[in-house]
Amino acid sequence: MAYSEKVLDHYNNPRNVGALPKDDPTVGTGVVGAPECGDVMKLQIKVGANGVIEDARFKTFGCGSAIASSSLATEWVKGKTLAEAAAIRNTDIVQELNLPPIKIHCSVLAEDAIRAALADFAAKQEKNA
Amino acid sequence: MTVKLPIYMDNHATTRVDPRVVDKMVPYFSEIYGNAASKTHAFGRQAEEAVDHARKQLAKAIGASSDKEIVITSGATESDNLAIKGAAHMYREKGDHLITVCTEHKAVLDSHHALEKEGFRVTFLPVKTDGLVDLAQLEAAMTDQTILVSIMAVNNEIGVVQPLAEIGKLCKKRGILFFCDAAQAIGKIPLNVEELGIDILAFTAHKLYGPKGIGALYVRRKNPRVRLEAQMHGGGHERGLRSGTLAVPLIVAFGEAAELITTNQAEETGRLLALRERLWAGLNAKLQHIYLNGHATERAPGSLNVSFAYVEGESLLMGISDIAVSSGSACTSSSLEPSYVLKALGVDDELAHTSIRFGIGRFNTEEEIDYTIARVVDVVSRLREMSPLWEMVQEGIDLRTVNWTGH
Ligand SMILES: Cc1ncc(COP(=O)(O)O)c(C=O)c1O
Ligand code: FES
Repeated sequence: MAYSEKVLDHYNNPRNVGALPKDDPTVGTGVVGAPECGDVMKLQIKVGANGVIEDARFKTFGCGSAIASSSLATEWVKGKTLAEAAAIRNTDIVQELNLPPIKIHCSVLAEDAIRAALADFAAKQEKNA
Repeated sequence: MTVKLPIYMDNHATTRVDPRVVDKMVPYFSEIYGNAASKTHAFGRQAEEAVDHARKQLAKAIGASSDKEIVITSGATESDNLAIKGAAHMYREKGDHLITVCTEHKAVLDSHHALEKEGFRVTFLPVKTDGLVDLAQLEAAMTDQTILVSIMAVNNEIGVVQPLAEIGKLCKKRGILFFCDAAQAIGKIPLNVEELGIDILAFTAHKLYGPKGIGALYVRRKNPRVRLEAQMHGGGHERGLRSGTLAVPLIVAFGEAAELITTNQAEETGRLLALRERLWAGLNAKLQHIYLNGHATERAPGSLNVSFAYVEGESLLMGISDIAVSSGSACTSSSLEPSYVLKALGVDDELAHTSIRFGIGRFNTEEEIDYTIARVVDVVSRLREMSPLWEMVQEGIDLRTVNWTGH
């Protein structure tokens, strides 16, 4: 498989690898995928009082395209409002990273991870409201 | 330490043609280029002599009693097809049942699937967790209708060696033909068709430092005399079993490569074994949670299949891109299914996704092994740092208890 320059760049220099405190009420955590399927993504967002995502982190078990998709997703959500982050589509990731058809599901997983993190954050807000 | 990059360590997939073999074959392209079937002139007779010599080398390499037992084909895929379909069609009157194993090469499995469509019945035996067939299960599967047992010598993914002598005995006892796909075995383990009771045997040049596109099928002529129905019809070459003009340069090369590897088998095995043990020990010294797939000792000397838990195989391959190896991960396959061989061993899907197959061969060096160890350790450690599974395990979470959202 020939990887695009951008996939290689994210794989070699992944942005925002790591973890945020998952019990922090301003942090939303999304974990999607399953080990049996060969891909698990964890994406976290930290949301400021103004409703803007001020930080993001990821960890991914998956192919290089999955790592690149999640790395890109953390870059993109930073500085966005929750609504803007929710509008990110996997097709945007496919286009940006030049993913071949067989790797589209890796980008779907990244979109799912963003949504899961947003949902987790929203649930925490509701509980604390 | 200087190693030349990239390193080729995928010798199950194919091997580099030995320079000595290349030297032997070259004159047969532009000097001795006759058709081996043209017996009326010198060009043809010289070509025929070269083929005869190669056929003797091939027969000797597998311990066949006569070079008349060697049928030249285009490779192991064709040999597998000819053996299985050829035997099934020839002995249809005797019975309609065949036995094989679910970890065989696709050429064997799919030949059986094709026969099932024609109405034959096939038993696909499971394997034990070490990758070996259970002899009691094999014996129990044999019926009066069974005409052929097809079991490979060395597995192409995990390198395990099946108990061929015992299988040969069971087949002989029941009067069932024993076909063995030995593509990965010739020159890697001692293999003699007489001693092992093998009736039909497939092998191929490109796995033993010969060229691609040339192979052979051994077909026993005595005790018992095996007959096959041809699958390729035409000019009646190879005693009518496989028509087509003989590829003389490739056959010359195949014969030479087979002689080289089998006459040096013990010595080469010793060297490969030492390299493999160095690799396994080096990886184990630096990494936890790595698992050997397949039997620890009943394996071909250059084969090592390892699961690096919590690190997906394709991402690992990407990190060690200057070392050519392969993975059983679904992400590397076009079907997005993990290796069916590892699945058959009962390896969890999640571990199958993390498997890497190292195929050490004739041209690998100690320096290359050391470089490989260092690279793999480095990349596995880096990828584990970004693996959510590794993080969970470090936190003491049992991954089996997690409610995953996978499909
Ligand atoms: C066990 C086994 N059988 C058959 C084959 C097919 O051989 P060939 O490439 O010569 O058709 C291979 C090689 O891929 C193999 O490893
Ligand atoms: S994670 Fe399997 S193909 Fe990307």
